[in-house]
Amino acid sequence: MTTDIIISVKGLQKHFDDGKLKALQGVDAEIKRGEVVVVIGPSGSGKSTFLRCLNLLETPTKGTVSVEGVDITNPRVNINKHREKMGMVFQHFNLFPHMSILKNMTLAPMKLLKKTKAEAEEKAMGLLKRVGLADRANAYPSQLSGGQKQRIAIVRALCMEPQVMLFDEPTSALDPEMVGEVLDVMKQLALEGMTMVVVTHEMGFAREVADRVIFMDEGKIVEEGTPEQIFTNPQQQRTKDFLNKVL
Amino acid sequence: MNAVETISIFEKWWLEIEPMVQANTLNFWQFLYKEIYLNVIKDDRWLQYLKGMGVTLQVSLYAILVGLMLGTLLAILRLPQIQTMSAKGRGFFPNLGVFLVKCLSKLAGGYINIMRGTPLLLQVLIINFGIFGSIRIDKVIVGVIACGLNSAAYVAEIVRGGIMSVEKGQTEAGRSLGLSGVRTMFFIILPQAAKSALPAMCNEFISLIKETSILSYIALTELTKAGDYIRSRTYSAFTPYIVSGLLYLIVVLSLTWVIGKLERRLRNSDH
Repeated sequence: MTTDIIISVKGLQKHFDDGKLKALQGVDAEIKRGEVVVVIGPSGSGKSTFLRCLNLLETPTKGTVSVEGVDITNPRVNINKHREKMGMVFQHFNLFPHMSILKNMTLAPMKLLKKTKAEAEEKAMGLLKRVGLADRANAYPSQLSGGQKQRIAIVRALCMEPQVMLFDEPTSALDPEMVGEVLDVMKQLALEGMTMVVVTHEMGFAREVADRVIFMDEGKIVEEGTPEQIFTNPQQQRTKDFLNKVL
Repeated sequence: MNAVETISIFEKWWLEIEPMVQANTLNFWQFLYKEIYLNVIKDDRWLQYLKGMGVTLQVSLYAILVGLMLGTLLAILRLPQIQTMSAKGRGFFPNLGVFLVKCLSKLAGGYINIMRGTPLLLQVLIINFGIFGSIRIDKVIVGVIACGLNSAAYVAEIVRGGIMSVEKGQTEAGRSLGLSGVRTMFFIILPQAAKSALPAMCNEFISLIKETSILSYIALTELTKAGDYIRSRTYSAFTPYIVSGLLYLIVVLSLTWVIGKLERRLRNSDH
């Protein structure tokens, strides 16, 4: 396992409105096991669409996405099985409002991993403790702050014991004072060796945690490299312009 | 003496005013008592109203259940996800399945249009005389089928509205965890849809309860027909219908109260 590539994307294109809007125009990328990849870029650059294609929440118009060597864009592949291995965290948390926190976290493991209620709850409580929310297990999502909701969303995904975690602007809908608590959980996760693909505007996080930074614009990868390369010595003019604006 | 004792107080009052009925010299209260005595008390007629109310409740309850189940199924078939479904490249049987489901979706649309676009009375008559014309079958069952099938079309639109009011992110969250579309619908979307559809659903149930009165056309002795029978005996033009009406009101107000309570409980549990 020298080059253990977990996700491999080739020639990925995604068009909306019958091709009027070309969100992705040929993206090639590889994600290695244990790697933290941060995707940055201006709004409308296609970075969220790229992320959502990785677990087929968006069906690519062209190109392939392979997860552990299996092309998941093949319609014969059971996408649900692959999604079990890929946790996703959304900008708007998307907790299930009609379920308690514990139920939010145990639903999928009980239905899909065939865990008993006790097993699933034990796992969930362990994760809740790690993010400091064990005392909220029986609360409902509406009773939590944004930062708490997002931490729950992260551990809900972790309950499925995924191989990869996808983060779609996880801190963009948060009040500024709550961004830190969510990023801390993500950092901790990265330190534990989780493979992560993160779309974010948090340049500090990218700099500190990323193994690799991908800069996207107009549906293409413009530049990629270590945080060091991208932030201190960008090669492309568009990268420079973007970083000048956000830093 | 014994004969006097077995006579009830109601009979006694009646005997007191009976001569005046003939002479048409009743005052208002005496008139009121005459109406109540003839239309409710005499020959245990109150029992007929209660029996009629029992039939109305029975038909309504089963029709609501039929409407809910069939309506939810129709609603799901009418969702945009179903209409844009595709099994391209997955082989013969998945493609056949998708084709059949899309056919069902079209049929569901047609069904909803027809059931909402034609009068309930007409549907009742067709089902009673057309479909079950030559079969001996309990009128209650005819009523349940007719009202249930009709209500399903309205329930379908209410449920569809409820489902579409649930944020797209909820589906995405469910699917991203690996839950299938069906499980996501069942565990995540429908419970939330039910909550937002509850007030409209309450409306539909109330309408349905009252619409069962149309079944008096096919001689099902439900609450309206029960009142009508009594009018044909007593020739009182108002009182039997008013008694029936009061009983409808009791049923509907009780239902409104129960659903209001349910709504408050759901509101407390989340949001």
